[in-house]
Amino acid sequence: MPRPEDSLPPDLYYNDTTSAQYTTSSRIQSIQAQMTHRALSLLNLSAPSLILDVGCGSGLSGSILSSVPGSAGGPHTWIGLDISASMLGVALEREAEGDLFLADAGQGVPFRPGTFDAAISISAVQWLCNVESGTESAEGRLNRFFSGLYAALRRGGRAVCQFYPRDDRQKDLICGAAKRAGFGAGLLEDGVGTKQEKKYLVLTVGGGEIMGGDITGVVSGLEGVDVVDGRKGGKEGKRRNGKGVKSSKQWILQKKDRMERKGKVVKATSKYTGRKRKPVF
Amino acid sequence: MKILTLNFVTCARKACKASPAAFPLRPREAELEIVEQDINPLFVRNVLPRLEWDALREVCGELGLQQLPSTAPSPDDLFTTTPAAADTAMADAADAHEPRPSQLLRDLHTLLLETTMRSGKLVCGNCGHEYAVKEGIANFLLPSHLV
Ligand SMILES: C[S@@+](CC[C@H](N)C(=O)[O-])C[C@H]1O[C@@H](n2cnc3c(N)ncnc32)[C@H](O)[C@@H]1O
Ligand SMILES: [Zn+2]
Repeated sequence: MPRPEDSLPPDLYYNDTTSAQYTTSSRIQSIQAQMTHRALSLLNLSAPSLILDVGCGSGLSGSILSSVPGSAGGPHTWIGLDISASMLGVALEREAEGDLFLADAGQGVPFRPGTFDAAISISAVQWLCNVESGTESAEGRLNRFFSGLYAALRRGGRAVCQFYPRDDRQKDLICGAAKRAGFGAGLLEDGVGTKQEKKYLVLTVGGGEIMGGDITGVVSGLEGVDVVDGRKGGKEGKRRNGKGVKSSKQWILQKKDRMERKGKVVKATSKYTGRKRKPVF
Repeated sequence: MKILTLNFVTCARKACKASPAAFPLRPREAELEIVEQDINPLFVRNVLPRLEWDALREVCGELGLQQLPSTAPSPDDLFTTTPAAADTAMADAADAHEPRPSQLLRDLHTLLLETTMRSGKLVCGNCGHEYAVKEGIANFLLPSHLV
């Protein structure tokens, strides 16, 4: 199968048609959900957290973060970055709970130091190896991303990136950049040798909290997992039918009305209030 | 974009990372919208110590929102064990002494998580770059000469 990464830049590949097809495919939904749950269990969060979702797309991964029940340490609040306006448009239509940024992770992570408890990235990081202009390199983009991510996480924070490297060279390039940024890094591989093989880069800031910062400790005892110690060489949430975001125009106007009566300052109603569109920048 | 997020986002330009003038980004021509969310007391407690309170006050001032106290509240003020008068009748004995969200916590929830910037611009105080916000989504793509 040809890799989408080899066909077009991500913002062109994930156009309106592809983004809609991607998001409504029940096969994709279930694979992305499975990987997000896996990443969440590796993050091992015990309290509602602020999470960065890198390459958040249409919010398939994020919606799972929002629906982790209280009994499993959730729900979490997330902020998503994505380079495709079409994907973010679909996220808007689906009323994603997270705040959305149209941004290229290869340009860095625009948040102040220590912002996030954790980060996830599901099926996105390999795209950073794509280079569109002569002034940049894959290494440069990966370095900017991982050093920005490192700074934006609080000490003791963790990131889990599930990714699809093209080959071993690309895998090493990505893992190497993460380690250079200062992360304690380990690569976890599920289903090795099968068609469903999945790679998770597990990253820690400032070590300490997980068994002396040793990734092998995080994954030991998990079945069917091969551990590669990255430094040498290389509980599940349930979906909830949440109350969600109420954003019908009528509701917004009612709320504005109520707020005005309560004496709070509310900005003038514009003709766009409550209308759903894709933002055109 | 939530007011919470405005307390964390910075200018994307590398040259601005070290400049104190680059944070917080200044909202301009902002249209605000209230988007109701379930209250998440433990989340508010988690992020409260991480807020830059002065930046939050400035941004609220610029957006014409309510005046905030000059110092950040303490996490202890987020919960109260005295049942609200209206609840007393219904609360059973065990429930009555459970810590419950204080009015302060509710107000912070409304401000940080329910008050959102739907459109406008965010302007860097250091380099002057303007980031557009449309439909709640902020455009942080930089032209390559600014990266
Ligand atoms: C396979 S989708 C995954 C989306 C989502 N995480 C999920 O699990 O459904 C990959 C996403 O990565 C995004 N992406 C690719 N390159 C990116 C970059 N440089 N910066 C931010 N996002 C990027 C794409 O636009 C796309 O939405
Ligand atoms: Zn700037």
